[in-house]
Amino acid sequence: MKTAAVLAVACWSGFMVMGLEILSGRILAPTFGSSIYVWGAVITIFMLALSVGYLVGGRMSLAQPKIRTLCLMHFLSGALLLPIIVFADPVLDGVFAYTQDPRAGALISCTILFFAPAAVCGAISPYAVRLLVSEANAAGFYAGLLFFFSTAFSAAGTLLTSFYFVLILEVNQIVVLLMAMAMLMAISAFALSRRGQ
Amino acid sequence: MTMRTTVAVLSALFLLVACEDTDAGVIHSEKSLYRNILVTEDGDLRCMTFRRGQGQNRQTCMNINDPDHLVFPYTRMMLGVLAMKPDPQSILIVGLGGGTLPMALRDILPDARIDVVEIDPAVVKVAKEFFAYEEDPKLQTATGDGRVFVKKALLENTKYELIMLDAFEDEYIPEHLLTLEFLQEVKSLLEPGGVLAANTFSSSGLYPHESATYEAAFGSFYNLKSTNRVIWAQEGPLMDRDVIVSNATDLAPHLKERDVDVDWLMNLVSPKKDWPDDTRVLTDQYAPSNILNER
Repeated sequence: MKTAAVLAVACWSGFMVMGLEILSGRILAPTFGSSIYVWGAVITIFMLALSVGYLVGGRMSLAQPKIRTLCLMHFLSGALLLPIIVFADPVLDGVFAYTQDPRAGALISCTILFFAPAAVCGAISPYAVRLLVSEANAAGFYAGLLFFFSTAFSAAGTLLTSFYFVLILEVNQIVVLLMAMAMLMAISAFALSRRGQ
Repeated sequence: MTMRTTVAVLSALFLLVACEDTDAGVIHSEKSLYRNILVTEDGDLRCMTFRRGQGQNRQTCMNINDPDHLVFPYTRMMLGVLAMKPDPQSILIVGLGGGTLPMALRDILPDARIDVVEIDPAVVKVAKEFFAYEEDPKLQTATGDGRVFVKKALLENTKYELIMLDAFEDEYIPEHLLTLEFLQEVKSLLEPGGVLAANTFSSSGLYPHESATYEAAFGSFYNLKSTNRVIWAQEGPLMDRDVIVSNATDLAPHLKERDVDVDWLMNLVSPKKDWPDDTRVLTDQYAPSNILNER
């Protein structure tokens, strides 16, 4: 049960981060365009956020790792999407007033809007690995299993968002969907893990 | 890798190299941030393309013995918008291509200020080297995204009497340049009574959505359909067709010089609405234009 709960969180976290990355391009385009610089900035900030997240999540896993904390992190990553819906327009307008250069502008606004949720998604992976691993010689196996699920769901998040969601929903509606699912997933994973005890 | 796949991969690579060598007519290839640009020549016709293969996706073409000739009907339909605004003194063109439109406009309107914005610096370079595109003190090219240029112009309170949108390719539409918000921004860049000409698509699942979006921003507009689709829209009430026809007759000598036949052009100008009323408008929040264009 615990394994299923941990993997479920990792799956949706993987789905959400790439769904968000696809949407971030669409959110920035009306202000900074969709030139190669904007996509370069988006990918750079997401990679940086994930790398910082990995470091912090790994560090957090040293002290009494609990599934409750993992669920809390997942809930938080979802909640951090709310400011995107509320503040994206004023943030983008403000950054544009400060700089009209698509490179600097995209880097700055992408950091403000997407760094925090993406970093929390990154922190989930190493923390989840720690929860799965019970003995050192199985560590690689569990890490592989977890990365398989979270990355496969990242692929699904990319594909579904860019090919299908944008065709039926507005950008903000998709953000709400990702957010609501993360919160729901965090709560159900928590409930699931307690039932197994 | 097994022996067989190695052989298959190597022969595929060989074929690729062999094809490159036999690709006739390519006189220049320019590396770009976006995709390689090829300049091809076939008889009198010199073309800029973004993809290999004969005939398909010719971005822009020029007759090297007669550079004033407009090779594609859509460029004639774009230039024809002068019938709505015969003497514009400030012009913005989004999307350079080979520079056919700015050069034709410069020729007809020697004193007009013409701003061109092109996303790809390599296109600007190729246009200058191979398509006789020439800047002057009142014809300048900005390199960057069209939407960013428009937003900046709004901040600086720049206005234009004529705006031309020509930033689409067959296979890729910059989605943020086909939304209600973008068209509203473009509209606020227009002087009172200013005119917009947009080169877009004549068919595909995108047609009704594109139409509904232009209608939402500008109200009714003139729709010119041939191989491409060109939209003529106006800030403020749309000019009567009779006035356009009379302007076009005055402009006939200029237009004829560029093979624009006024009767042909005027037959294309239609205000008829031919899409369903309940078509979903494209917005910054909802812009799956490329997916719709595949349908």
